[in-house]
Amino acid sequence: MDDKLTTVAKSTAFTHPESLKRPAGPSEFAQHPVNAALTSAEKIALYTKMVRIRHFEQRCIRTYQQGKIGGFLHLYVGQEAVAAGTISLLGKNDHVITGYRDHGHGLMVGMSMNECMAELTGKITGCSQGKGGSMHYFAPDKNYWGGHGIVGGQAPLGTGLAYAVKYRGLKGSCLAYMGDGAVNQGAVHEAYNLAALWDLPVIFVIENNGYSMGTSQERSSAHPGCLAKRAEGYGMDWDIINGHDVYEVRAKTSEALKRAHEKSKPTVLEIFTYRYFGHSMADPDKTYRDKEEIKTYRETKDPVFLFEKELLLAKVLTKELVESINQSAMEEADAAAVFADESPDPTVADITKHIYWEEDNRGPQTTSRGTIIFE
Amino acid sequence: MPVISYREALRAAMREELKRDENVVIMGEEVAQFNGAYKVTEGLLKEFGPKRIVDTPISEAGFIGLGIGASMLGIRPVMELMFWSFSYVAFDQIVNNAGNIRYMSGGLIHCPIVIRGPANGGTNVGATHSHTPEAILASHPGIKVVCPASPYDAKGLLKAAIRDNDPVYVMENTILYNDKGEVPDEDYIVPIGVADIKREGSDLTIVAHGRAVITSLKAAEILEKEHGVSVEVVDLRSIRPLDEETILASVRKTHRALLVEENKPFCGVDAQVAYLIQARAFDDLDAPIGRVSSIDAPQIYCKRMEDLQLPYPARVVEAALKVLA
Repeated sequence: MDDKLTTVAKSTAFTHPESLKRPAGPSEFAQHPVNAALTSAEKIALYTKMVRIRHFEQRCIRTYQQGKIGGFLHLYVGQEAVAAGTISLLGKNDHVITGYRDHGHGLMVGMSMNECMAELTGKITGCSQGKGGSMHYFAPDKNYWGGHGIVGGQAPLGTGLAYAVKYRGLKGSCLAYMGDGAVNQGAVHEAYNLAALWDLPVIFVIENNGYSMGTSQERSSAHPGCLAKRAEGYGMDWDIINGHDVYEVRAKTSEALKRAHEKSKPTVLEIFTYRYFGHSMADPDKTYRDKEEIKTYRETKDPVFLFEKELLLAKVLTKELVESINQSAMEEADAAAVFADESPDPTVADITKHIYWEEDNRGPQTTSRGTIIFE
Repeated sequence: MPVISYREALRAAMREELKRDENVVIMGEEVAQFNGAYKVTEGLLKEFGPKRIVDTPISEAGFIGLGIGASMLGIRPVMELMFWSFSYVAFDQIVNNAGNIRYMSGGLIHCPIVIRGPANGGTNVGATHSHTPEAILASHPGIKVVCPASPYDAKGLLKAAIRDNDPVYVMENTILYNDKGEVPDEDYIVPIGVADIKREGSDLTIVAHGRAVITSLKAAEILEKEHGVSVEVVDLRSIRPLDEETILASVRKTHRALLVEENKPFCGVDAQVAYLIQARAFDDLDAPIGRVSSIDAPQIYCKRMEDLQLPYPARVVEAALKVLA
């Protein structure tokens, strides 16, 4: 008898649902209103953002290998179209929160490469002044609420951001991202229930890259073919998306946003994507998937390359423009690495700042006294 | 001055803050339609409506996390836990998210959430419902913890907590809910981090918090009447921040200290207080510091034994006499 508890099944290759497979060539979503409405300049800007994420991440690898980045470094290479497509649709009352693979979202909301790189190297000029690291980017002025290290722990927070938007009577939403491994966390299901129960304008975005760390989806999720479909258990709308096609990501996400903005209803989106590097830089990536699989994705489904091809065909981009966009993204990433190198560390005195708002903002109104930081 | 119960004092604090600030929302299991599992929120739904007083499903990690997320956008949620024991299923939200987000964002985000509810043993409900997590939670920088022992403090501390811009966890006690005391009608707060001398004395300092204050006051009566000893009772009121100066001033006056709490002894609040006294008032001490806490076992169900597991006046008296010997 095949005992699932005692047999470690060899993972089969990570494949996307049949319905998402499409012939090579232009995206069938190019003419969807949200994409047709884009000017050439906006399309180039979207492409540029994806390229910037890629070159930033690749520069991070070098900085990590130079020993300048500690802790965990989870790269977004291969998943660029997810953050780019979804975040490119957002307006002033739309919010973003995600898990620990958070660099792409940060760059998409408008964080600078400098503050992002300096955070990775633990410098005072980092977005969180060297207190957060790779997994904890924040930019609340850009509606970006992190960067959360515990798998699925951000799902209730994102639901709460959506609750606040609704409480204020604003037409907005919160996009709460998570990986495919997060869907088995209790906090995610509790968030689903509250979102559906209270009609909150939250969009749960499952970035399904096939592996929760080194455990394939089929080895971690019961009924693995339909992670988004679990939404049905809560009466929520859901959709699946080919995450290698930024136009498709935008088209289908726009429907969920409409549902959030106009009806204050939640949605679960499962976006099929792929990461080229290990779970983190600490993952040697040798035990749970074939090199051949990575190669196939890189060669046939690369989101940056596919969009580039699409825009070249549509004569929005030229070869020269592609080259210069890539060149300047690489230069920007190199400059960020230099900026991070040259930036100072936080000081010992900085260790005890930013623990309590009341302590950092003492004044006549302060109602908190006594010893709060102990020796 | 009106005399009201501890429960009514908590309710008054919430009513006044709901009226003062439209961002204040009360949320929790059974807080609205059911009028509160312990009737602390009784009548609030009728007065403020379902937008401000919100019943949640039994889903602590979900709704506490939701409150934390909402607080990041300026809502001021006052979340009721039916028991603080139930916080254990929401620990990641309570500690990692509420407690760390200001720090990890380099001060960009703050989290003005209040979580309140009873945290006590002594109610004959067994170990899972009898936890007192003030020491566990106060050990995390980023979190504030208060434990009111009187109706006056319950109202003032809860109002201060709601106005505070950091996460404040208010630990109440079901056994105190019916205790009555003088509570002003008008607006006042009890600043967080200020201890209160509940009884003045000259021979021995008892440091306590929560219901242990009431137990200690009873013990102090006995000590005075039967042993002629003058006891000072310092009510911490707030665990973090901690009013170290009031503790030290009292010990420097009496030269003897007994620490009483309803926690289990290992790494309890009083372990920190004992360290403080020996570090900064060593030369003022005439005797080793004494300590009374719950007997070190999971909370026993049997009511007769549970009453003995918790500190009670005779045990405090006995420990006090040892410190005084």
